[in-house]
Amino acid sequence: MTETDKIATDLPATQDDVQWTRVIQPQRGLFSVPLAEIWAYRDLLLLLVRRDFVALYKQTVLGPIWFIIQPLLMTVVFTIVFGNIANISTDGVPHTVFYLAGITMWTFFADAFTKTSETFITNANIFGKVYFPRVIVPLSVVLSGLLKFAVQFTILVGFVAYFAATTEIVRPNWAVLLLPVLLLMMGTLGLSLGMIISALTTKYRDLRFLMQFGVQLLMYATPVIYPVSSLPEAYRVYILANPITPIVETFRYAFVGRGNFDPMHLAYSGGVILALLILATVIFNQVEKNFMDTV
Amino acid sequence: MSTPALRVENVSKMYRLGEVGTGSLSHDLNRAWARLRGRPDPYARVGAVNDRTSEGTRDFVWALRDINFEVGQGEIVGIVGRNGAGKSTLLKLLSRVTAPTEGNIYINGRIASLLEVGTGFHPELTGRENIFLNGAILGMSKQEIRARFDEIVEFSGCAKYIDTPVKRYSSGMHVRLAFAVAAHLETDILIVDEVLAVGDAEFQQKCLGKMKDLSTKRHRTVLFVSHNMAAVRQLCPRSILMNQGTVVNSGETNAIIEQYMTLGSTNARTVTWAKEDAPTADGVSLFGILIKNQLGNTSGTLSSAEDVFLQIRYQLQVPMPELRVGISVYNSDGIAIFLSSDFAADGFENKRQPGILTSTVKLPRNLLLNGRYVAEVRFEIPRTRELITGQSCAFEIDSLDHDGWGPRNSFSVAAAVHPLLEWRVRHDTGPEEH
Repeated sequence: MTETDKIATDLPATQDDVQWTRVIQPQRGLFSVPLAEIWAYRDLLLLLVRRDFVALYKQTVLGPIWFIIQPLLMTVVFTIVFGNIANISTDGVPHTVFYLAGITMWTFFADAFTKTSETFITNANIFGKVYFPRVIVPLSVVLSGLLKFAVQFTILVGFVAYFAATTEIVRPNWAVLLLPVLLLMMGTLGLSLGMIISALTTKYRDLRFLMQFGVQLLMYATPVIYPVSSLPEAYRVYILANPITPIVETFRYAFVGRGNFDPMHLAYSGGVILALLILATVIFNQVEKNFMDTV
Repeated sequence: MSTPALRVENVSKMYRLGEVGTGSLSHDLNRAWARLRGRPDPYARVGAVNDRTSEGTRDFVWALRDINFEVGQGEIVGIVGRNGAGKSTLLKLLSRVTAPTEGNIYINGRIASLLEVGTGFHPELTGRENIFLNGAILGMSKQEIRARFDEIVEFSGCAKYIDTPVKRYSSGMHVRLAFAVAAHLETDILIVDEVLAVGDAEFQQKCLGKMKDLSTKRHRTVLFVSHNMAAVRQLCPRSILMNQGTVVNSGETNAIIEQYMTLGSTNARTVTWAKEDAPTADGVSLFGILIKNQLGNTSGTLSSAEDVFLQIRYQLQVPMPELRVGISVYNSDGIAIFLSSDFAADGFENKRQPGILTSTVKLPRNLLLNGRYVAEVRFEIPRTRELITGQSCAFEIDSLDHDGWGPRNSFSVAAAVHPLLEWRVRHDTGPEEH
């Protein structure tokens, strides 16, 4: 009750002076974010995160260990294919830790992005029957991704510690303190892009096809398997224009000790992410109210 | 009047018909252009009335049009109407699943809906986990759910299976658990739509009792949508009748149900369609339903002491040997008192050839009581598909010939039918032995 009261304080009373706690109207403001409402549903947010976790590994033998197997296998494959066969430079950093760092950060983004982009379609069933702030679902997806990241990150820390002790190159530095900022940026970016796509896919399903290979292509446009420093001058501008690039590079710089760390690049990235977040809010608000009619 | 819990003001909802996708981009652009110039939505003006039976010529339809009503706190209000009358759309607007196209809805307090069974149940999670998840989806905090957890489990009667994944539940247990969660919500307004169709009779009564309790003891407001007139009557003192997207009437439930049952029918005991707008499905067209007395008249009074003939005229475009034409007869309480079909019609098996046909059924004398009845016609291919349903014609038995006392016009018998059955009376002992 108290929650709804809070929401209601600025609502108008109708002519007969009944104080209504909520008014449902055809349109809502473009930029409004129902923060109070999201807060009121915080338990749902946490329960959804829990559900994602519990349901995912029911009836599996290895359970959450899959979280670790996946990046490790990818690292092995990348090491063989890109490191040993294609011989792509890793700035002198041991291949394993170089790829693992890239993959860990990239997976966090890719998961947040792809899963958020399916919000409306996969939840049409629930959304069609009951109201809660829709943005809760994408938020829960990103939070689940964060948990998964935490698990994978501990593995990375293990590798970093090992290579820091045995080699001269791997040197974690003060920039590790930026980790929360990097995660916030990456999460927000995945969330914003995913929300935009999910809002558009309610009507135009074409985007789902784009998503399927788009994310993979995007990985190659991001310095996951190569360092920015290895790029020819002509391409560097384009790769740096990708707002994910500074985040991945900073992350790698912080934990591995090699990478392209530039506060200006990071600020540029932050600006793009903020713009995307605003755009996502506008589009999501537009779709949220009536998507059930088109999905 | 008590404080209102809910007010619906001039609410309309428009839907787009047909395939979404083709042409929607150009429509969207047109809309955006109109909005930029401050013009109204160019497609909003052309909507047709919501009439399921006649195929619309327009691309847009008003599922709801200018709905107005108010519900007071602690009231239980029934919403009745045929399929497609707009009931569910209205509930969707109230529960904020989708937004109205026009108009405002004012709500006082927290609102929760029980639109379908097990909203948001995750099959892999256990009953316990799902209670928490479902409760949270419906807007409860963890604390609130924990406080009522035992009550919920007890009400659902699923205590034994509470740690089993719900994918192993029967559909009945599913409903029980879902209803239990919703009924124990700390909400001020509860919206219930047709959920009782699944549980067994005992549980249905339990639910109705619980809803009544919510209203009387805890002063909660309940909106109850159902096609089960007996349940509506039992639960709701007041009801709202909807038809074709508008509120036709609202008031005392018995009067509303009676109006609902005879909706759209006139005193003449015929309903006919011209060839162009006859209800049609897969090569069958319904032209008319006529209710005649023994002399073949469709007007004048009917007595329970005479046979009534119900004629259904229809056309077949293709041979349909499997077709069955049937009727369901409802009384003014909305209870289906019997149904019947022409499957046993004399010498007619397997002979439905193209052309115009008439199926006639005799409702024998001494079966119906006095009062209004609605005969609903059903065309179907048994166990395969339904062709035409929902078309009906009303009639009234004006006088009751009760137990040989002669015709009486206002006499009520507490029964659904009053058949003349075969009785035998026998002396088992003679008077001299006494």
